Amino acid sequence: MEYDYEIQGGDFSSAGFASSHLKKILKQIGIEPKLIKRIVIALYEAEVNIVAHAYEGRIHVEIEPGQIRLEIQDRGPGIEDIEQAMEDGYSTASEEVREMGFGAGMGLSNIKNNSDDLEITSTVNEGTELTIIKKFK
Amino acid sequence: MIMSAQAFHHALKIQEDICIGCAHCMNVCPTGALRVVNGKARLLAERCVDCGECYRACPVSAITVEQDDFRRVFDFGHSVLLVPELLFGQFPEDVDKTLIMDALRQVGFSEVVEVEHAASLLKESTHDYLEQSEQERPLISAFCPAVVRLIQVKFPALVDHIILQKPPLDITALYYRRKLEDQGYDPGDIGIFYVTQCAAKIAAIKSPVGESQSYIDGVINMDYIYNKVYSTIKNQKNSFNEPKQKAPEALCPEGVLWSLTHGEADQVEGRCLAIDGIHNVIEFLEKVENEEMSGVDFLELRACDESCAGGILNPANRFLTVERLRNKAREQEKLEREGRRPQSGIQHYRGYLTENLALQPVVPRSIMKLDEDMTRALNKMRRVKDLMNTLPGVDCGVCGAPSCSALAEDIVNNKGSLRDCIFIQRKYEQKKIQRPDESYDIMRRIWGDNKLLGNQ
Repeated sequence: MEYDYEIQGGDFSSAGFASSHLKKILKQIGIEPKLIKRIVIALYEAEVNIVAHAYEGRIHVEIEPGQIRLEIQDRGPGIEDIEQAMEDGYSTASEEVREMGFGAGMGLSNIKNNSDDLEITSTVNEGTELTIIKKFK
Repeated sequence: MIMSAQAFHHALKIQEDICIGCAHCMNVCPTGALRVVNGKARLLAERCVDCGECYRACPVSAITVEQDDFRRVFDFGHSVLLVPELLFGQFPEDVDKTLIMDALRQVGFSEVVEVEHAASLLKESTHDYLEQSEQERPLISAFCPAVVRLIQVKFPALVDHIILQKPPLDITALYYRRKLEDQGYDPGDIGIFYVTQCAAKIAAIKSPVGESQSYIDGVINMDYIYNKVYSTIKNQKNSFNEPKQKAPEALCPEGVLWSLTHGEADQVEGRCLAIDGIHNVIEFLEKVENEEMSGVDFLELRACDESCAGGILNPANRFLTVERLRNKAREQEKLEREGRRPQSGIQHYRGYLTENLALQPVVPRSIMKLDEDMTRALNKMRRVKDLMNTLPGVDCGVCGAPSCSALAEDIVNNKGSLRDCIFIQRKYEQKKIQRPDESYDIMRRIWGDNKLLGNQ
């Protein structure tokens, strides 16, 4: 089963829409609450990343009986050094973004910690693509 | 939907003979626990959290709150009435607390005790609990039973955040029973009764969560006792009207305010938030579940607007009640400052009560699952998604379900039909799939004969 969401860069007030919507679906499918939480946190972080850094993005969700796959694609500045970006506390977020309570530099590592598999590809000045896989068992 | 084998006790009852099938209740229910069938509201027991929103919305008072037979009070040689301080806030200023206390004794209780004597003890134990507990933050108070049930059914991932401490009512009940036993009363002869401002407290007493038994022998509704007390006082005033000497009261100021919004949050150290109103609580819990915030230590969540002052059984206006209780708290503060506030008797039982404070873990019982089997649930979810593209998305409720998504979920669980939707009926008639008289029969099945036959 597939769901798609579109996200506008800078639209902080809407960050969390996709993760809340997906959360309801996962509850209905009967995924274990703790697992739902991990998936929702990973997706929420990804949403905030788009809102905070990119111009626009889209999220494609595929749910199968054994796993969920989240593809998050954005058009934006891209990430120069992915390894560095994965470190806790590393952030390129602007002062403005930090003042809003975002951009603590935990995003990507938080996504990684909450997924079974995370793939990141990024091209500077074009955008970033994340593929998150979380198994239901 | 697969029903849990466990039965849920609900204090809210629909009186079918009074219900006019107007669906007002269905449209306000925060957990989607109501449908209209054959012109009557029907409660889905596993979904209801006893918040009472339906009770407020019903225009004909067809939803009632059950209560125990008052005569049960006389089955016990020594009957104790536990009253929330709110009770005194129901009366106008000129009706003094001592008058109300006297009236309660006159109608049959041996003793009357304020529930919130437990507040001082809870304040301290919550402080220790927050320091010691390794539960995930924010910790959520177990004070409001509607909120505890809401978390169980709608936010199963958050049950581990609930503070496993008994609410004041249970602690005071334990305290008083023990005290009377120590005084030599026969345990079988002690009856502990409680005046409730809401349906959720009744449900919590009749089917406790996190406890194996209830400590309360009977529940009396606020509106019922209000009438009984008021008429007693009125009759008295006609015969004699002596102002009584007021003795200083022992209840601590924070106890007076405990059941109001911020009553708990203001007493807990750290970053604490107080949220009242069930829709506000739901909105906030969504955020907690998504971990959209960090650094919050404690959440006081109350189902009613203005917390227990807004309880459905309270006869007085909630804002006036809050004003009266705040004034009362100021009086108690003054007594305290002057060193004239007597110590509450509960202090002597501190050790015993602290030992018996713990609740067992609260178990989730999600109402969201479409099927217990994940593969089947996924298939049902697919069908729900397709149905949502077919249904109009108007959420008109004419199908007898509160929203298009509720109907879609009912359909995949064989509890509803696509043809229950009035838009689909029109579409099928246009395409000659269904005759108008068939549509008419469907509407009659949902809304009953009266609404369709009417006067014309």
